[in-house]
Amino acid sequence: MLKIAIPMMEVINVDKSFGSGEKQVKVLSQATFHVKKGEIVTLFGKSGCGKSTLLNILGGFEKADKGSIRHNGEPVLKPTKTCVMLFQQINLLPWRSVLKNVELGLEGEKLKPKEKWARVMDALKLVGLENSLDKFPHELSGGMQQRVAIARALAIQPDVILMDEPFAALDSFNRYNLQQELLRIQKKKNTTIVLVTHDIDEAVYLSDRVIIMSSHPGRIQKEITITQMKPRSRTHADFQYFRRKILDEFQLSTELIAPEYNI
Amino acid sequence: MKKLMNFAIGMAILVFIWQAVIWIGDYQEALLPSPLSVGNAIIDLIVDGIIFVHLQVSLGRFAAGYLMAAIPAILLGMFLGRSPKIWQLIDPIVQVLRPVAPVAWSPFIVLWFGIGNMPAIAIIFIAAFFPVLLSTVAGVKKINPSYLKIAENLEIRNWELMYKFIFPAAFPAVVSGLRLALGTAWIFLVAGEMIGAQSGLGFLIVDSRNTLNLDYVLAGIIFIGVCGFLLDRLISLLERWVGKQYGITA
Repeated sequence: MLKIAIPMMEVINVDKSFGSGEKQVKVLSQATFHVKKGEIVTLFGKSGCGKSTLLNILGGFEKADKGSIRHNGEPVLKPTKTCVMLFQQINLLPWRSVLKNVELGLEGEKLKPKEKWARVMDALKLVGLENSLDKFPHELSGGMQQRVAIARALAIQPDVILMDEPFAALDSFNRYNLQQELLRIQKKKNTTIVLVTHDIDEAVYLSDRVIIMSSHPGRIQKEITITQMKPRSRTHADFQYFRRKILDEFQLSTELIAPEYNI
Repeated sequence: MKKLMNFAIGMAILVFIWQAVIWIGDYQEALLPSPLSVGNAIIDLIVDGIIFVHLQVSLGRFAAGYLMAAIPAILLGMFLGRSPKIWQLIDPIVQVLRPVAPVAWSPFIVLWFGIGNMPAIAIIFIAAFFPVLLSTVAGVKKINPSYLKIAENLEIRNWELMYKFIFPAAFPAVVSGLRLALGTAWIFLVAGEMIGAQSGLGFLIVDSRNTLNLDYVLAGIIFIGVCGFLLDRLISLLERWVGKQYGITA
């Protein structure tokens, strides 16, 4: 695997609050982490721990109050095509066919029609939807819709794909299936992925590193590197080991509050 | 087929009640023409071809006024829906102008546009403009922020954002505004043609009244109603087609 001196993405001491005056709520405090090229990094935590906010800041959708976000050493100021976000639910334009939805990201590019077609078809083949070009989003299942969204992201050939609980709305069979597909595609294209999830299995199954966040305000509590070889078996002992290790972090985080009562 | 059947039965009931009122009340033809004489008047109008002349003129004016209102209203609505600060200034003006019946402007319309086609077109314009503008603005304001986030991410801006995202996303709302405007504008067409026009369905009614041919007045009313109904069916087909494109089953 390729190792480069400058990380693909760097988050340094990011603070973020919402609201103003007395109602101000701090959602992120001193968040610092980095993502290397070709890595899958997961931001993991309970609902409301600020992980989605952190992802939005990473993508340039929201501004940090303090700290900086760098992409290949350059500060991130607004969303760009080099960093494509996949949302939990709405990713597709319902008035565009599958083909047109995937093409959307390439329409502004100065590409020859042939090259454009090749990129679009290549991406659609990777997600296994090359035979559904003329279908509309409402004719597809939730899982297939997310595949189209993944194809669009791949066709753009971004540096990083950001995913905000992309499989949360799917049933578990579909979810397992798509996770497996995602790993296969990621391996083939060496895509860098930053993923937000509260699903512990998803975190262990997909990630090279899991960044565990605590809540109120959201802080980075611990980073766990998952050394188990991919593809991973969900029933393997190693899988259970990392699962437990992450779970332990959450029991620890409750014990940290406990001393207040012990005094 | 069943709908057509219901339509026929409904109409038959209406005609029966109409005839029954005449039988029971013993009204004279000059007060309430019977279905038979109105039927004859309809046949006369069709055989002479007079109705088609008037209909053509009316539909022409209607199309002109309606399109002249709808297209700028959609464009302006898209712009205003995206500029909440400007809309806050424009909204009160629209809310004050909107409840005024278009015919109320008729003295000015005749002063400015004279007689002929223009008064009717101007009145249709006023009737159609506000519903389209308001529903377009509302549609644009209600666009799901997720779509805008996608556009931001893919660096789609300005003009491209307008026709690739804003317009299609607001389109269902625009179409329902168009339907609303169609009905209102058709109602005011007749009113518009009663001032200063020398042809058209509205003129037909005024002219028949002046010559005391009440059967022709009622025949004209029936033509107006049927045409309005057909226009509404037509746009509801468009609405359903749009809904199908968007996966909304109406």
